[in-house]
Amino acid sequence: MTTTLLLLVLLAPALGAAVLLLGGRRTNAWGPLAAIGVMGAATAGALALFGAMLTRPAAERPVGVLLYEWLAVGDLRVPFGLYLDQLSMSFVLLITIVGTLIHVYSLGYMAHDPDRRLFFGYLNLFVAAMLLLVLADNYLLLYVGWEGVGLASYLLIGFYRRRASAATAAKKAFLINRVGDFGLSVAIMVMFTMIGAVTFSAVDAGIVAMPGWVPLVLGLLLLLAAAGKSAQFPLQAWLFDAMEGPTPVSALIHAATMVTAGVYLIVRSAAIYDLSETARTAVIVVGGISILFGAIVGSARDDIKKALAGSTMSQIGYMVLAAGLGPIGYVFAIFHLLTHGFFKANLFLGAGSVMHGMNDEVNMRRYGGLAWVMRLTFITFLIGYLAIIGVPPFAGFYSKDSIIEAALAHSWTAGIVAWLGAGLTAMYMTRMVMMTFLTKRRWQPDAHPHESPPVMIIPMALLALGSAVLGYLLVMNDAFEHWLEPVTGFVHEDPPLAMPIVYGITFGVVGLGVLIGVLANLHPAAEAPTRVNPLVRAARADLYGDAINEGLFMRPGQVLTAATVITDRRIVDGAVMAVADLSTGAGDQLRRVENGFVRSYSLALVAGAVIVLAALLLLRIA
Amino acid sequence: MSPDAYLSLASILFAIGAAGVLLRRNAIIAFMSIELMLNAANLAFVTAARAWGNLDGQVVAFFVMVVAAAEVVVGLAIIMTIFRSRQSTSVDETSLLRW
Repeated sequence: MTTTLLLLVLLAPALGAAVLLLGGRRTNAWGPLAAIGVMGAATAGALALFGAMLTRPAAERPVGVLLYEWLAVGDLRVPFGLYLDQLSMSFVLLITIVGTLIHVYSLGYMAHDPDRRLFFGYLNLFVAAMLLLVLADNYLLLYVGWEGVGLASYLLIGFYRRRASAATAAKKAFLINRVGDFGLSVAIMVMFTMIGAVTFSAVDAGIVAMPGWVPLVLGLLLLLAAAGKSAQFPLQAWLFDAMEGPTPVSALIHAATMVTAGVYLIVRSAAIYDLSETARTAVIVVGGISILFGAIVGSARDDIKKALAGSTMSQIGYMVLAAGLGPIGYVFAIFHLLTHGFFKANLFLGAGSVMHGMNDEVNMRRYGGLAWVMRLTFITFLIGYLAIIGVPPFAGFYSKDSIIEAALAHSWTAGIVAWLGAGLTAMYMTRMVMMTFLTKRRWQPDAHPHESPPVMIIPMALLALGSAVLGYLLVMNDAFEHWLEPVTGFVHEDPPLAMPIVYGITFGVVGLGVLIGVLANLHPAAEAPTRVNPLVRAARADLYGDAINEGLFMRPGQVLTAATVITDRRIVDGAVMAVADLSTGAGDQLRRVENGFVRSYSLALVAGAVIVLAALLLLRIA
Repeated sequence: MSPDAYLSLASILFAIGAAGVLLRRNAIIAFMSIELMLNAANLAFVTAARAWGNLDGQVVAFFVMVVAAAEVVVGLAIIMTIFRSRQSTSVDETSLLRW
């Protein structure tokens, strides 16, 4: 039963992708609906699995299914096995539920796109790969899903392929992700050579006996992989450009699910990180920098999607930071991941709804006053807003506050960074709401904003419902901690301050952020001000992430390739061509001997005979 | 008998023939010079046979004559054909087959 359901969940989207992508134009008419159908089937399967899991006692909840032996080389045995425990169950539910809602939303959002069948095919492909990523029972199979979501992400970022910027953005995302994937592949190789196995259970058991450098190296390599996939510092640059893709893609892949794969990887490898304090510190540092980096960029961008992308980076920074805290944080990392999946998808779909009504305008300086035109969008967006800035009882409050407490329990620095991030989040989200929905209208003359159709509003409403209640549901009776504890372990540590003080400071910084956000954006200009302080200028340029990549990697790379080309042309090809020229040149000169005059040939014969005779004579005399 | 005189005569005849081949342009003359060289060789063979007192040299001389006869047939036919197409028997004019 479990096997059948697992296969249903995994194969339904894969089947949808195969039919839509291989079926070609014949599936144009019913393809999108079929894609939603398979998503519905996968969701139903996931819910059935969840129900069955809840009925079992905690110790018997994880189930493993060995489908077949995938690779058997020497001592290495890699099964094609699925593993469903509380952690992967959480992800499967997030992916299928949010995925289905976004599929439905896309029906309205992409209604006028001639390539929408292709779009739904790619979305199904993404869901299938993402499910494989979280259901795999070993790192190698996880890697297959990891590359699969990368491919789907690449295809969907570049979906508007007639736009040069979209093609470039897709390539950029693909290339930067390669850097992270390098970390994962090397990590798998290290596991293979040192431990001799790549299944999660074998690695978890084998890592304990390893010398100290193995967990450290593995931890850093997996962190590199996570940073690439989750757009964490220093591999964050692709996420902002990834907003070139259609907005539902940004919501599903670049906010709710794929970018959280890095957090999944770190939490899944908890046994490795538990053994290396240094690796965990590196994770915390990366997460902390990403929190502030993303928030600063999000505060300055006028492009609503790029501001949300900065916010995504910042929120994933929270998850990575929590994951780096060890057993006191793993649970909260996943908790925040789930609530973030809902409220960020909600916010992105809201942004998509606004764009849909505003002729695909993304510049917030051309919005304003939309709250009265797009009431339902405004209400759902507002719920997402309250969730992300952490107003109780909305979801973000519970998850983010738990992370702040855990960070404080770990160290003052981590706690202060988390507080600072919370304040910045409140500030840039308030700015977004002010510039988009409130303040006076700064529309372009041809803009005629209108509310989106129900097929888009309903998914937004359901996600808003999730953003509103999910946090409370999961935190009730510490339900989520008990749920995930058997997988990741959980240790409660009290922060060094009394709880009321922690709450007080959190609400203080959030309130301050909201206040600054409101006061600074009462009368936004329709054109971005050019005379701004250096921090804003830097933030508008994504804190020079692209410039650093260009200066540090791209330009030297170009110089290197140019030098290689010159070496190849001048030296390698030169040597070959010189030999060839030498023999043709010599041939050209030597063939002049064949002049066609019979008498000259005879002379050569006679002269030769005379020389031979003379030589013989000379020899005889000598 | 001493073969010296015969061999000297053979050398002189050979030298005349070689000079004729190298210096004359007319194909017929060159051809005759070749025959002269062949006969000079024949004379040397026969002289040697006589001097050694066996028949080997004489046998070779007969072979050379047979070959020379065959060569005359082919050679004169070539010269005739060239003359018909070019109205000339100069060996320097038939120099198309070159680099």
